[in-house]
Amino acid sequence: MTPFHTLLAKELRCFFVSPVLYVVGTVFLFVSGFIAHLMVVNAGQQALRLLQIQNTYAQLNLNELVFRSLFYSLDFVLMFLLPILTMRLFAEERKLRTFELLLTSPIGINEIISAKYMSVLLIYCGLLCLTALTPVLLSLSGSFHWAPVVTGYVALALQGGLFLACGVLASALTENQVVAAFLSFGMIVVIWLIGGFGALLGDSTIGTIFSYVSFTEHYDRLVRGLLDAKDVVYYVSGIVLTLFTAHRVVDSHRWH
Amino acid sequence: MITVQHVSKHYGRHTAVHDVTFHVRKGDVLAFLGPNGAGKTTTMRILACFMPPSDGTAHVAGFDCLEQPMEVKRRLGYLPETPPLYQELTVNEYLTFVGRLKGITPSRVPSRKAQVIEQVGLGPVHHRVIGHLSKGYRQRVGLAQALIHDPPVLILDEPTVGLDPNQIREIRSLIKSLSGSHTIILSTHVLPEATAICTRVMIIHQGRIVAEDSPERLSSRVRQSEKLSLTVKQPSADWLDRLGTLPGILNVFPTAQPDTCTIECQLGQDLRDDLSRFVVSQGYGLLELTPLSLSLEDVFLYLTQREEFSEGSPTAPAQVTPSRADERAAT
Ligand SMILES: Nc1ncnc2c1ncn2[C@@H]1O[C@H](COP(=O)(O)OP(=O)(O)OP(=O)(O)O)[C@@H](O)[C@H]1O
Ligand SMILES: [Mg+2]
Repeated sequence: MTPFHTLLAKELRCFFVSPVLYVVGTVFLFVSGFIAHLMVVNAGQQALRLLQIQNTYAQLNLNELVFRSLFYSLDFVLMFLLPILTMRLFAEERKLRTFELLLTSPIGINEIISAKYMSVLLIYCGLLCLTALTPVLLSLSGSFHWAPVVTGYVALALQGGLFLACGVLASALTENQVVAAFLSFGMIVVIWLIGGFGALLGDSTIGTIFSYVSFTEHYDRLVRGLLDAKDVVYYVSGIVLTLFTAHRVVDSHRWH
Repeated sequence: MITVQHVSKHYGRHTAVHDVTFHVRKGDVLAFLGPNGAGKTTTMRILACFMPPSDGTAHVAGFDCLEQPMEVKRRLGYLPETPPLYQELTVNEYLTFVGRLKGITPSRVPSRKAQVIEQVGLGPVHHRVIGHLSKGYRQRVGLAQALIHDPPVLILDEPTVGLDPNQIREIRSLIKSLSGSHTIILSTHVLPEATAICTRVMIIHQGRIVAEDSPERLSSRVRQSEKLSLTVKQPSADWLDRLGTLPGILNVFPTAQPDTCTIECQLGQDLRDDLSRFVVSQGYGLLELTPLSLSLEDVFLYLTQREEFSEGSPTAPAQVTPSRADERAAT
């Protein structure tokens, strides 16, 4: 067992004994299930309307009617929920002085950060897997294209990964868990708004840069089923950059 | 084993540790003694590689704390001021976690764990959640955490705080048994602790080392004269004056009891023989004659307060100014 695995195992264990995971998990699964339900009902009503107008069974596009809306709504849910999962990672260690143990043990700061990030990422991916029940159930009674659904899940995983990295950074910045949660929520909203700003500026250079920096257009493409390397590169580099900043923050605290 | 050279630490504009230099040999037990805010914890944190010094260098077990922190951390057991405990884990889980984190091979973890649980007396609570333990037991878990990987160097910040008297005795004897094979630095406010378990004492005040020596030598250093306590059976009215006329005696002070007095004589002289003969010849009836030595507490007060009192003031003993404190004050 390397120190990384030891810390990862401990972090996972702490998640499972704390109520936060269960509350966040329940809310996430309930909301995602509820939204999926709404979307399916909505699609059913549209089918009925089409039946009345055209008197034929129209081939409904479930990808568009259900999944795309589901992925867009879940994006918002994650903005609120993921900061709550990450808020305790560093803030609690600093508050309870357990960070002194980690920093005086033979484990590097990069290992600490990657173990903590990995733990929360695994938890999140576990939750995502549970929501896969929706497409599986739908595929039993309807037909749709799997490819955009899969890229949609890739989008959710990458998007969540980015949010979690922001959460890790925010948690490293403060001793107060509530402050950490709001800080990461704030960071996510700012990155999101930059995208809106970029869209307003249109095709100018600054507009393009702003749009690139924000996750909106990358998420959009993935949800539409376009798996493009440049979007994946965006997310991965965003995550690495944010975690690197967290590394600097943790390191600089020691120098005060 | 531990070498600290010209280490300073600033918090913003505040200087917590100022140009501290000391060595600890292998097998020594060094006590940091000093009032609140003296800089004990700060010095220990620097040694444990928790924070780098603002100035100077610190070496532990031959490795530089700044250049090779991993090597230092592997050889170091550290009990911070606040025991670093994860409230939601059980004592067992926690010790397993720390053991693995410190890099002991997984197969050795159970035996090491059993040993430290035995050593610090955690037997009755080892399956309980740490958050539910009393303060004393948490302190013991903190201690167990520092010992689990059997490090050659131990840094213990106030190891016996919050323990019951029985446990304090046990922990002290544990530390004593570890000395020799381990190099230990501990901090304390409790002076008898320093005398009881340490081979050397370092008194820190306002971030500076005021004195450093063995507990016995430290008190003799501050002593400027030998003091004796004399109790007799039938003192005469002028017995104090008569005693004062004896050669070699500097002063005779009365005490609260009329039949007891304190006699001050020159350093290095043993007047017990002369005194007892005199007392017997005068027919006072000798009951008790004992040399008074300064307790470490007096030394501590003297060394840390003498800065505030000018020389020769009634509270600070006059004339002789021992210890390194003066060299430092002069520079
Ligand atoms: N994180 C910090 N930020 C600013 N100042 C600090 C910090 N930690 C300690 N200090 C200051 O440094 C000085 C030394 O503190 P330190 O904790 O080393 O004292 P100590 O000798 O351990 O005291 P005690 O006996 O109370 O434990 C104090 O004046 C304290 O206010
Ligand atoms: Mg302290």
